[in-house]
Amino acid sequence: MKRSHLIFWQLLVAVAIFAIWHAVATWPILADPKKVQFFFSTPLAVMARVYEFFASGSIWRHLWITLSETLLAFVIGSLGGIAAGFWLARNPRVSAVLDPYVKMLNALPRVVLAPIFMLWFGLGIWSKVALGVTLVFFIVFFAVYQGVKEVSQTILANARMLGMNDRQLFRHVYWPSALSWMFSSLHASVGFALVGAVVGEYMGSAAGLGYVIHEAESTFDVTGVFAGMVVLSAFVIFIDWMVTLAENRLLAWRPQAGERAT
Amino acid sequence: MPAVRLAGIEVSFGEGTTRFVAVSGVDLSVAAGEFVAIVGPTGCGKSTLLNVIGGLLNASAGAAFVEGQAVRGISKPCGYLFQADALMPWKTALANVAVALEITGIGRSEAERQARAFLARVGLARFGDRYPHQLSGGQKKRVALAQMLIRDPRILLMDEPFGPLDAQTRVLMGDLLLKLWQQDRKAVLFVTHDLDEAIALADRVVVMSAGPQSRIIAQHRVDLPRPREAAEIRLDPAFHVLQKAIWNDLRAEVMRAYGDEFAAIGGKP
Repeated sequence: MKRSHLIFWQLLVAVAIFAIWHAVATWPILADPKKVQFFFSTPLAVMARVYEFFASGSIWRHLWITLSETLLAFVIGSLGGIAAGFWLARNPRVSAVLDPYVKMLNALPRVVLAPIFMLWFGLGIWSKVALGVTLVFFIVFFAVYQGVKEVSQTILANARMLGMNDRQLFRHVYWPSALSWMFSSLHASVGFALVGAVVGEYMGSAAGLGYVIHEAESTFDVTGVFAGMVVLSAFVIFIDWMVTLAENRLLAWRPQAGERAT
Repeated sequence: MPAVRLAGIEVSFGEGTTRFVAVSGVDLSVAAGEFVAIVGPTGCGKSTLLNVIGGLLNASAGAAFVEGQAVRGISKPCGYLFQADALMPWKTALANVAVALEITGIGRSEAERQARAFLARVGLARFGDRYPHQLSGGQKKRVALAQMLIRDPRILLMDEPFGPLDAQTRVLMGDLLLKLWQQDRKAVLFVTHDLDEAIALADRVVVMSAGPQSRIIAQHRVDLPRPREAAEIRLDPAFHVLQKAIWNDLRAEVMRAYGDEFAAIGGKP
């Protein structure tokens, strides 16, 4: 499909959803429009509210807070995951001892940690960062662990025959291999950093997109909830797009799907 | 002093009842500047011997010497060309070759200058900025060849390096290897299962028995004139005499390696 066609169809889906939503909320098709409006608001009211967010400028502060929490959670979680991944992959004995604990911590639903983090780090951004870190850490940890473990034995033997010492093996073989695995899970880890931030805000905060949605919800302001969700979705698409850009630069050496050797 | 000497080498894997002896009682000596090919049936431990000489694997008995020194750890004078892809996929062809010099402490720009010259020698001057996945099988092998040669190792260990390539490319790669080797005549140990390739390239062909406990069962001197052209030399009558003689030694071992798998079609061990 040509790019212009693709965008046309993508926009058409959005228009169709809005049209159905508008119709159901205006005319008595499925139920009393008043009831529908109470539970689903109307697309025009939601658009108006989104416009108001940006026109008054009130949303920028919340976006900034959520973005900082996401980035901090991503950076701290990644650094921790990289360090732990390397350490355990290079020390099989330590890895074997810690294995059940790693599995246990990873299986734990992170939401239950939110109240404890509130207690430890307060209602500011750090409790949200901590929640994001617990999500990002394990994704990066497993990716790096895998990346170090799965270095091709031939590449390793070849590098050693070329005369690389341990430090050079790390720099030229283990590190790039681990990073490539980490980058391939970049979408997931950035996504989870954002989930951690928003869920944390939702549980208790004074700013951020999660806070905006939660505040609207607690006053039965359905329009506000939907407007918050629209802004959050746009924000997610924006972040995902940035990740794709970063990925294309960092993984240039990887074969693209469908690309053949010449 | 021989470039490589193996004395009573035995290599085993595993322990107890699962102990598997890959090679046993191997004595072999390669002179400086000599090109030796090792042929043998699948799984006879040819590669195992190269790994022992390169220092990647410890022998369970016997001793290996490289330039008179007992092998302990990686053998510095050896370059190794692997059968499987060994290039770092995250580095360009140029970076893959240059890194071999960079790790010895040579600055990047000087390393890249020399790497460019080596890529040109293997006919890949225009392919320096390609990543391995953008190269064909033969091109990857030539990058690996340049990567091995740029360090100027005195002994070359080659483990079925052209095995994965198609028949025509193999002949061309053989010619390229001979041309490069002719310039400075390093000692070469070339493992292959392709008898024609072995005769076309080598000064001496060593035949190994089927595994386990494989050993050297015959050695043939190849007195064909040099410099050779891999494609031309195959037409020489002397080539066929050698081919027949070596195949006589090899045939029984190849059949033994496959057991009775081919009995159904009338192959006799």
